[in-house]
Amino acid sequence: MDLYQQLIIDHSKRPHRMGLRDPFDAEVHHVNPTCGDEITLRVDVDGDVVRDLSYDSLGCSISVASASMLAELLTGEDVGHARTVYAAIRHMLTSKGGDPGDEDVIGDAVALSGVARYPARVKCALLSWMALADAMAQSGIDLTEETHV
Amino acid sequence: MSTTTTRAGAFSDQELARIRADFPILARTVRDGHPLVYLDSGATSQKPYAVLDAERDWYTQVNAAPHRGAHALSEEGTEAYEAARATIAAFVGAGPQEIVFTKNATESLNLAAYAFSNASTGGGGGGGDRFRLGPGDEVVVTEMEHHANLIPWQELCRRTGATLRWLGVTDEGRLDLSNLDSVITERTRVVSVVHASNVLGTINPVATIVARARSVGALVVLDACQSVPHLAVDVADLGVDLLAFSGHKMLGPMGVGVLWGRPEVLDAMPVFLTGGSMIETVTMERATYAPVPQKFEAGVPNAAQAVGLAAACDYLTELGMDRVAAHEHALTELLLAGLRERPWTRLVGPDDLLDRGGAVSFVVDEVHAHDVGQILDDQGVAVRVGHHCAWPLHRRMRAMATTRVSVAAYTTPADIAAFFTALDRVPTVFGIGG
Repeated sequence: MDLYQQLIIDHSKRPHRMGLRDPFDAEVHHVNPTCGDEITLRVDVDGDVVRDLSYDSLGCSISVASASMLAELLTGEDVGHARTVYAAIRHMLTSKGGDPGDEDVIGDAVALSGVARYPARVKCALLSWMALADAMAQSGIDLTEETHV
Repeated sequence: MSTTTTRAGAFSDQELARIRADFPILARTVRDGHPLVYLDSGATSQKPYAVLDAERDWYTQVNAAPHRGAHALSEEGTEAYEAARATIAAFVGAGPQEIVFTKNATESLNLAAYAFSNASTGGGGGGGDRFRLGPGDEVVVTEMEHHANLIPWQELCRRTGATLRWLGVTDEGRLDLSNLDSVITERTRVVSVVHASNVLGTINPVATIVARARSVGALVVLDACQSVPHLAVDVADLGVDLLAFSGHKMLGPMGVGVLWGRPEVLDAMPVFLTGGSMIETVTMERATYAPVPQKFEAGVPNAAQAVGLAAACDYLTELGMDRVAAHEHALTELLLAGLRERPWTRLVGPDDLLDRGGAVSFVVDEVHAHDVGQILDDQGVAVRVGHHCAWPLHRRMRAMATTRVSVAAYTTPADIAAFFTALDRVPTVFGIGG
């Protein structure tokens, strides 16, 4: 089935930048209460730059792969870029299949586009991104602000 | 389909074809034309025409608020509602005045828990004494409870200052009775346990628990959601005080559940939901209450659903609960055998048929249950994935989430075969086993 693209399998089996690291500005713990998927996520923000994103993720291949892609996409990037990627991911995942995702903006995460057609799985893919928005908010940064692309 | 002249056995192919023809939804396809293979009856069962027709007949022929008004429809509606009560009561060996209609089993269990809570704040008058709880008193559940039979008791303890204790679960998925006498003690006021686990399939030794509870004077509540639909249950044989089950898991409609209770227990229990139709007299200052069961049925009841549930009981009685149990037993055997042949799966629950129902949960090495469920769903196979509202049990069984297959009277051996065919795609997609 096209939901499980090889990129998802690869990221879920060997999640990139997995593990919790110091130092960090905020740590959050998010769960998906319907299935018990969990993520602990830390952000280390230096001025306008996301210096480190570290996480411990337990869950299905979609949720683990999504966290891995998130860490890969945003580590070392500036906050403005993080907002752009965050908005693009959310748009794709909630598009019910209408938005295939732009690889130039969201990289490997385009592989998650198939998830949007399965409403029950959208939460799995969004779990780490919701955790990210929460951790950033706790660091004083609103990821949901409008961006000028 | 005689149940008296033949020994109970699984349904034949011809019998199954006849049964399945009664369930219109089983003929539909899902996910690009795959025939539906419904193996999620533990979550909710499908409904036969007999149940749908009974509900429709209620609305097209007799619809009126029962126990209110004196017009012709109201009389017929009251009669139909009370006849449904009698049918459902008889299905579990009870008298008609011993069952209370609720919204679902969750409400039934909350009604039981709130009896203790309300008695503890003065409800029920002198009769409520045996339900009064406070610090030093203990409530006992088990580690295999559905959240519906755990959280109401947690909250009861929080409100009253009583202490929640529980019996553990063995690695095999049986109730650990080794410390039964130290968990259920003189301090125990109520023991609430599940009859058949919705995850493990385990059928618990009710008699042993009842005997211990009786010896210390504790009341026993049984969550029978996963037993009443699947095997012959007789409340008198069980010896418990209160028993909850839901209609929608036993071929009946959603929106109706049952609380059975011993007459003297129900009679002494303080009221829970209050309002219209549950009263005897009302003044601006206070009210007195109707006898059981009306005192627990505030507001216009779910009469159409009750009538539908009675039709479901008739349907199951016609099939014969001994045949239903035997049939599901045979399907469970196929499931356990199939999982044994696949070393990349791990069963969560007893691997034998002794005291075991037809809920079969498992994990696949290195693959999350959501992913397993997705592969199955892609082939039209509907199962439950997750913690099945039994999160502490999953923690105990060292499983973050499981995939659960559950069967009903209409499930066929071909459904089980289709499930395994779909399951065998999992190692390929996720590159495991082999």
